[in-house]
Amino acid sequence: MSSAVSTRDMTVSFHEFKALNSVSVDVAEGESFGIVGESGSGKSTLLRAIAGLVPFQQGRLTVNGRDYSNRARDKDFYRTVQMVFQDPYGSLHPRQTVDRLLLEPLAIHGYTDVETRINRALDEVGLGSGFRFRYSHQLSGGQRQRIAIARALILEPKILLLDEPTSALDASIQAEILNLLEQARRDRNLTFIMVSHDLGVISHMCGRLAVMRQGEVVETVPVEALKRREFSAEYTRQLLVASEGFRRVG
Amino acid sequence: MMMGSVPPLLSAEDLRVTFPTRTGEVQAVRGVSFTLGRERLGIVGESGSGKSQTGRAIMGLTPGHARITAKTLSFGGRSLLTMPAGERRDLRGKRVAMILQDPKYSLNPVMTIGRQIVETLKTHEKVSATEARERALAMLEAVQIRDPQRVFNLYPHEVSGGMGQRAMIAMMLVCGPELLIADEPTSALDVTVQLEVLSILDKLVADRGMGLIFISHDLRLVSSFCDRVLVMYGGRIVEELPSANLADAQHPYTRGLLNCLPTIDSDRHPLPVLDRKPEWAL
Repeated sequence: MSSAVSTRDMTVSFHEFKALNSVSVDVAEGESFGIVGESGSGKSTLLRAIAGLVPFQQGRLTVNGRDYSNRARDKDFYRTVQMVFQDPYGSLHPRQTVDRLLLEPLAIHGYTDVETRINRALDEVGLGSGFRFRYSHQLSGGQRQRIAIARALILEPKILLLDEPTSALDASIQAEILNLLEQARRDRNLTFIMVSHDLGVISHMCGRLAVMRQGEVVETVPVEALKRREFSAEYTRQLLVASEGFRRVG
Repeated sequence: MMMGSVPPLLSAEDLRVTFPTRTGEVQAVRGVSFTLGRERLGIVGESGSGKSQTGRAIMGLTPGHARITAKTLSFGGRSLLTMPAGERRDLRGKRVAMILQDPKYSLNPVMTIGRQIVETLKTHEKVSATEARERALAMLEAVQIRDPQRVFNLYPHEVSGGMGQRAMIAMMLVCGPELLIADEPTSALDVTVQLEVLSILDKLVADRGMGLIFISHDLRLVSSFCDRVLVMYGGRIVEELPSANLADAQHPYTRGLLNCLPTIDSDRHPLPVLDRKPEWAL
């Protein structure tokens, strides 16, 4: 299978600090790839470096066979790759209606059938056209995240970058959003790269995951191996123990 | 936990917190009743369930424009509703303490950690500067900070989230409160740090025989930490459960909350979602 996203020795530095230290990952087309780690592990930086939101100083990036190492991302890139952010309160423009928010990517990429596309996008995320002329403050957290997903899907991308898409949401809403994302992936044969601190979410959504710590990939394991507790890094074990919750000693 | 015939530490009956808004009154807490001895009680609910407002009403931190009513709201046999503000102030920090979610926002950014702990002590007890310092250092040691001397002189921005939250626990426990309210004490921390902070909190609560109200959105976490769990929805308690019997939860909301979390060892596609019934909020 050809690889959808591939990084080779990607390094991102902020002044002296190396946020990413020589990271190489390969994500196959149609795969759902997870990245777990704690804050400061570089998991979000990796996603942002792929999306072109932070520059990387060294290494190579290939997306769908095209090299983006020293190139600015063009329109073609963003038609292939879209991103959903963690905080739906921060990622939607507060003074734009849903209609305006969804129109923007369509206008940038020169689509003309905007009416049908906007209505279809809203239907697809389970909101319906009644939400079309609302502002984001008139929506709940879960509804906002649905809009953010609609905005990402409206260009029919092939690859979706998901940065903690449910960590700001209640558990019951999280389940709805995860189901929506899975449905979208099935319907459109999308490639996912999903970042989360929650091992439970990642193992539910992904087939393979990378564990990151201090800007480096500690190990990459298939989720099936994780379920059988077959992994090598001590740090992965720590994360696994932590995800099982509090146990009183003695 | 032993309760016996000792009067409860805290009792609330028909507690209501009402906020006036432009479009009419909103009741955040709608008739909550419970009693608490020297035990660990969990309050679980999602955003908007009224769990935090319940904690804040007990602590006396409800915003001034809101209205609190209750048939009883008493701490150690004294009514909190009729207590003069001065006495309430003495109580807060001394006998009832509260740990908040994020140390980044709840610690004073322009005071060193040591000074903040000493300030709490000096507000409530007549102690000399040396004794206050010694007790603050001992407390920092009790929350398993390895180098208390150094951390004493650090500002909150110089320490990690986990360290900040330990400093917060130290500050809240230094006066030896009888009741501790912890509102999402570990939600802002990384998963591996969460366990450390929880085990420190667990040990201190057990050693000092405090009553604890643990407020969280995480039902599994709360049930592994507390003796008893109250599940809140729409400002009401919909179910009360002993933590050991979580699997026997009756209310569909509690069962839904338990089921909707993805876990490593389950393989459910799609995840079960909550079907919110309007009658739950009646």
